[in-house]
Amino acid sequence: MTTTLNPEPTTLVGKSADYLDQRTGVGHAVKEFARKIFPDHWSFLLGEVALYSFVVLLITGTFLTMFFVPSMSLSVYDGHPETMNGLLMSDAFKSTLHISFDVRGGLLMRQIHHWAALVFVASLVTHMMRVFFTGAFRKPRELNWLVGFSLMVLSLLAGFTGYSLPDDVLSGNGIAIANGVVKSIPIIGSYMSYFIFGGEFPGDQIIPRLFTLHILLIPAIILALIGLHLMFVVVHKHTQYPGGGRKEMNVVGYPVFPVYAAKAGGFFFVVFAVLTLMGATMTINAIWNYGPFDPSPVSAGAQPDWYMLFLEGSLRLMPGQAEFVSWGDYTWSLNVLVPAVVVPGILFTFLALYPFIEAKVKGDTEEHHLLDRPRNVPTRTGLGVAFLTAFVVLAFAGSNDLIATHFRLSINEITWIFRVLIFVGPWFAFWVTRRICLGLQRKDRELVLHGHETGRIVRFASGEYIEVHRPLDEQERWVRVSYTANKPLELPAPTGPKGTKDRKYKSAKRWARLSRFFYEDRVEPVTPAELSAAHSHGEHDALPGGEEHAAVTSVHSTDAGERAH
Amino acid sequence: MKALAARRHHRSAPVVLLLLALLVTGGVYAVLAPSQARADTASTQDIETGKKLFQANCATCHGLDAQGTETAPSLIGVGAASVDFQVSTGRMPAEINGPQAQVKPRQFDDDETAALAAYVASLGAGPAIPTDEQVDPAKGNPATGADIFRTNCAMCHNAVGAGGALSEGKYAPSLFKTSPRNIYQAMLTGPQSMPVFNDANITPDEKRDVIAYLVAQRDGSPGGATLGSLGAVSEGIWAWIVGIGLLVGAAVWIGAKSS
Repeated sequence: MTTTLNPEPTTLVGKSADYLDQRTGVGHAVKEFARKIFPDHWSFLLGEVALYSFVVLLITGTFLTMFFVPSMSLSVYDGHPETMNGLLMSDAFKSTLHISFDVRGGLLMRQIHHWAALVFVASLVTHMMRVFFTGAFRKPRELNWLVGFSLMVLSLLAGFTGYSLPDDVLSGNGIAIANGVVKSIPIIGSYMSYFIFGGEFPGDQIIPRLFTLHILLIPAIILALIGLHLMFVVVHKHTQYPGGGRKEMNVVGYPVFPVYAAKAGGFFFVVFAVLTLMGATMTINAIWNYGPFDPSPVSAGAQPDWYMLFLEGSLRLMPGQAEFVSWGDYTWSLNVLVPAVVVPGILFTFLALYPFIEAKVKGDTEEHHLLDRPRNVPTRTGLGVAFLTAFVVLAFAGSNDLIATHFRLSINEITWIFRVLIFVGPWFAFWVTRRICLGLQRKDRELVLHGHETGRIVRFASGEYIEVHRPLDEQERWVRVSYTANKPLELPAPTGPKGTKDRKYKSAKRWARLSRFFYEDRVEPVTPAELSAAHSHGEHDALPGGEEHAAVTSVHSTDAGERAH
Repeated sequence: MKALAARRHHRSAPVVLLLLALLVTGGVYAVLAPSQARADTASTQDIETGKKLFQANCATCHGLDAQGTETAPSLIGVGAASVDFQVSTGRMPAEINGPQAQVKPRQFDDDETAALAAYVASLGAGPAIPTDEQVDPAKGNPATGADIFRTNCAMCHNAVGAGGALSEGKYAPSLFKTSPRNIYQAMLTGPQSMPVFNDANITPDEKRDVIAYLVAQRDGSPGGATLGSLGAVSEGIWAWIVGIGLLVGAAVWIGAKSS
C-alpha cells in the first residue's frame, strides 16, 4: 500500500525534489504557495511590472559595477568619442565613457539600466494609483500600503543616487541642487552639507558615497521590503474587483501553479524585452553630450529624471524673494526650503497617512477584500486626482523652458500660469472629479432601474411612444448595486465635565466635520424594493392602454428578452 | 443608415471616430497649409543694387540711410557678416513684431544677399563674411569645441545645441540645421539676444572647433534615436508612452487571455 500512496520518484526532477523535501520540508511550502489563488485583472499586473523592472535593474546593474570606477580622481581622457578626447575628467566619468564606447554591449546595458529605472518608478507609481483608487489600502492592508510607500520613496533615492554616479555636468547640477536643499535647512544645513560631501561641495567624496548607497544599501532595503510586501500579499490574500460570486470571504481566480506561474513568468520576459527594445533603440542620458562635471556650466534644458521633475518644478515656481536675513546675520533660505522640503513633505505625508485618515472618517473597522469602483468613493477619487494634478502641474513647471521653446510661449507667463494652477488646479480637479463620480453613480442607478436603451421606439394605438429598454443581467446589476454609500460620522453628545468645551469632544467635532466633507454628498445604491417598484411600470399601468404595454412587454420578453419600461 | 445606427454604440466607435477626425484634420491642414513662396528677381553684386534693395525692403524700419529708427537699430558698422546672417536665414526682413525675429524661408537669393551685405559694409567697417576655410568643420577639433561650447554656449543653446528658452518668449534657437557659416557669423556678430564672441574672446580657430563639435552632433547618437537631445524630460515622456504604454498593453493582453 505504501508504494502506491508514496511511489518512489523515478525521474531526475522528481528525485531531486524528493531529496530537497526530505531535508528541508520545502514540499509543504511549495504545495501551499502553488495552490494560492490569484484573481485575474490586468491592473493587478502593474506591481509585477515594477518587480520585474527591478530584477532587470539588478541584472544590468551587476554588469555595470564590473566596469564602473567610483572615484573622483582626475586624469586626461584618451579615447572615444572624439568630442571627449583629451579632456580632464574624473575616473567615474571616464569609466562611464569606457562602458559606453569600449565595453562590448556596455552602452546597451547602460541604456537598459536607465530605461528600466524610469519604467520601474513609473510602474510603481501606476501600481500605487491602482491601489489608491480601488481602495486596496483598507484594513487589513494599511501596513502594506506603508511598505509600498517606503518602496516608492526608496525608488526615488535609488534613481537619484544612480543618476548622479557618472559625474557628468547634468547630474553634477543635480547634486548641486541637493547641496542647496540640504543647506537651506535652518541651523543644521551647512553642517549637514559638509557632512554629506566630506567638506565643501563638490569635494572628492560624494561619488564613492553615492555609489555605496546606490549599489549596496538602497537595493538591499528595497529587496527586503519587496519580500515583506509580497509576504503581506500572500498573508492577506489578493483583493478582487466586485462581481457576481466574489465575496469578502473568497478569492475567485486561478492557482499560482500552473496558470499564474506561466503568466507571471512569461510577463517577466515581456518586461525584459520591452526594456531591451528601449535600450537598444533610444538614447538615454547621453553623458558624452554633457561632458565631465565642472561646477560652472549649466546647460539649457537641464532637468532631472521624470520622477524628480516635480521637485525641480517646485523650485522653479518659488519666487526668490522668500530669502531673508534675520537678526544675528542668519540667512533663511525659505525660497529653497519651502519648495524643496515643505511641499514634497506635504505631498508625501498625505500619501502615507491617507489610509488611516479614511478609516477614521469612515469609522471603519471592517476588513475589506473587495475593491471599490472609483466612482463609488467620489471624495477619495477626487482627492487622488487632485494629488496627481498637483504632481503633474509641478512636473510641467519643471519643464517650463521646453514648453516655452516648443510651443513658442513666454517662459515668464508659463511660470505665472503654473503658480496659479498649483493652487487652483488640484482644487478644480477635485471638484470636477467628484462631480463626475457622483454623475456616474447616478447613471448606474438609472441603468439598474430602467435597463439599457435599445433605440427601439414603439408607438401604441393611443398615440403614445415608448422606448424599449433591456434590463441588466445579473452580473451587470451586481457590479452596480453591491457597494455601501458611507454616511458621515454621527457626532456623539458631549459627555465630559466641560461639555462642548471638552477636548475630546472638540476633536470628535473636527473629525465629524472632515467626515461630512467625505461622505455628505453620496448616491445610495439601488435597493431591491426600488428595483421591483421600477419594474412594475408605475404610472404606465394606470394609463389607458396598459394592456398594450403588457403585450409589448410579454412579446419582447419572450422574443428577445427585452422589456418595455 | 440602419447598419450605421446599429454600430453607433460599438465600443470601438469612439476610437474610430477619433482616428477619422485626426485624419481629416491632418488632411485638411496638408492641403491648406501655406506653401513657401520664393522671390526670384534679377541681381547684380554692386553696392548700388544693394542700396536699392535696402531702400525698398529694409528702410521702413532701419531708416533710408540705415541710420536706425525707434523700431530698429542703426546698421552702420554692423558689417557684411551680420547682414549675411540675418538675411540668409530669413530672419530679416522681419515680417511680424514679436519677441525676436524668426527663421523663415529667405526672401533674397545669394546674389541679392551679397549686394545688401556689400551695401551695409560700405557704410562703415564691420566684421566680414567668413571664408569657407574659416568655417570648415573638418579642420576643427570637436573636443576643444565641446569644451568651449559647454562653457560659453550650452547655458542657452542646450548641451548639444538643441536650443533653449530665454525670458519673455525669446529663445536660443536649435543649431541642428544652422549652416557652419551662419554659426560663425552668429558668434562674431551676436544677433538678437546673443552676446558677441569677438576674436579675442573666442579665436577664429576656436570658433571653427565649436562648428566642428556642432556638426559632429548631426551624425546621430551612438545610443539610437536622439529623442531630440532634450534630456530627461523627453526621456521621461518616452518612458511613459513607450515603456508603460507597451507594458500596460501587454498586461491587458495577459489579463484578458484566460478570463
